[in-house]
Amino acid sequence: MKQKMTKRARRETAIGWALLLPALLFMCVFTVYPVVRSIVLSLMKYKMGMDAPEFIGFANFTRLFGSSTFWKVMRNTVSFALMTVIPSMVIGLVLAMLVNRKGRHIGFIRTAYFYPSVMPMIAIASVWMFIYMAKNGLLDQMLMSLGLAPMDVLSNKATVLPAMAVMYVWRESGYLMVFFLSGLQSINSDVLEAAAIDGATGWKTFRHITLPLLAPTTLFISTIAFTNCFKLADHVIIMTEGAPNNASTLLLYYIYQQGFTNMNYGVSSALTVIMLVILLIVSVPRFFSQDRKIHYA
Amino acid sequence: MKMNRKKAVGVLITLLSIVLGVVWLTPLIWLVGTALTETSFHMTFLPTTPFTLDNIKYVWNAVPFGQYYLNTIILVVGTFCIQFVTSTLAAYSLAFYKFKGQALVFIVIFMQIIIPNDVLIIPNFMTLSELGLYDTKLGVMLPFLGSAMAIFLLRQHFKTVPKALGEAAMIDGANLWQTIWRVYMPCAKPAYMSFAVISVSYHWNNYLWPLIVTKSPTNRTLTVGLAIFAKSKEANMQWSNVCAATLIIIAPLLLAFFILQRQFMDSFVSAGVKE
Repeated sequence: MKQKMTKRARRETAIGWALLLPALLFMCVFTVYPVVRSIVLSLMKYKMGMDAPEFIGFANFTRLFGSSTFWKVMRNTVSFALMTVIPSMVIGLVLAMLVNRKGRHIGFIRTAYFYPSVMPMIAIASVWMFIYMAKNGLLDQMLMSLGLAPMDVLSNKATVLPAMAVMYVWRESGYLMVFFLSGLQSINSDVLEAAAIDGATGWKTFRHITLPLLAPTTLFISTIAFTNCFKLADHVIIMTEGAPNNASTLLLYYIYQQGFTNMNYGVSSALTVIMLVILLIVSVPRFFSQDRKIHYA
Repeated sequence: MKMNRKKAVGVLITLLSIVLGVVWLTPLIWLVGTALTETSFHMTFLPTTPFTLDNIKYVWNAVPFGQYYLNTIILVVGTFCIQFVTSTLAAYSLAFYKFKGQALVFIVIFMQIIIPNDVLIIPNFMTLSELGLYDTKLGVMLPFLGSAMAIFLLRQHFKTVPKALGEAAMIDGANLWQTIWRVYMPCAKPAYMSFAVISVSYHWNNYLWPLIVTKSPTNRTLTVGLAIFAKSKEANMQWSNVCAATLIIIAPLLLAFFILQRQFMDSFVSAGVKE
């Protein structure tokens, strides 16, 4: 009997692994291995023209930490995240509350908020280029018709990141809206009715009932929002290529530039490792999320 | 009195949502208007020149968009089909088999969920070159063929199927494949729909990876083609042409979204992650 069981268990193990194998193989080669490889190469000197990488310890990191461009890129990346994540979450929540109703026109309005999410970032960037273009662009035309000076926002180091942030908030709010909407709809209507009977209205209901009940959803959404924001590079390639003077260079674009323009694989691997650490930090809420179920199913 | 106030708030909310909707639609309205009217040298929100298809025709002939369309469709369909098979098998395994080492598999899946493929461009580019797959369609697809998102989504759905159904099929003599095909896949249809929507829109819109690993027009995607055109000299300042090119590449997905809007929005929520 016992032997039969182990035989069955062995068979189960074999089939289980066999079914997993194809997917697992791709995931290991293109997710696990590149993470390991980035860590290893981040400790190497490895540039174009070199036959083999050469171990140099943490020299790539110390060089980066001593470079003003690196700190500029990190400042840009963090400030772009702060300029986009919080506003797009707040606007996403507002939009979700506006469309959390039934009605014939509601579907149309939801569509209007969400459609940027099914457009590629480069299409969005090429349209917004014309809004932001110097003098002839929509924004500068509007300013000039009001008798103000044109701003040429993309060429000015003080305005280039905020201009990109506005564009990204426009895109991301509608995306985050659908997550807030599903969170709002999962709030038991009995709770809200009970509050109404107790005399709670509008703001009070929102502040003391809706918001606390949305807290887990909000935490989860913040993870998505930060991850999405850190993996952005497409619009930088189209709009500015980091100009003026690296004022719009974000971390992933910097990785791309170091790897493919400067062909410095050691430094770009070190930057990748830094990116991985950032992604790990913003994913922390996922580890502690109590009701993972509603998020994945 | 109270009723009136409630009504007034309702009207206000409707008005606000419509105004914001128009604001959100502005770039799209301008894009479509500019793409479909004669070139104007003055930028205006609503078109002032007559309707024409010349911009679309010009761009279609100036850039090999036909070829890019074909490439993109091959990539999107190919990626989805392979993901469909690999994810179904993996999801079935994780839903119904218990074996040693499973925890490790969940760690790998979790890793892919928190690390978007885009940030691994450098090492993945190296791997791809070493495999001799630089500038091939297979190379563009390869990193996405094992999808953690799809596995997770399908596994959750498979688990809700009553065990008796699968067992009954087995007793009737169906083998493993037949059981998955006839019992589990039909039951998980909504999950497959979500997975299809996410996969297709991700790969239709993906830019950075195809940009890095392709160089010849026979492998370039629509997004890469658009970017090259938008940055080229003949497109410079010619907003009607760039808008026409943009419209050409976004139209299919956008139309599908406007028709199946609910399905699209639900899919993004149920996946919870963009691949």
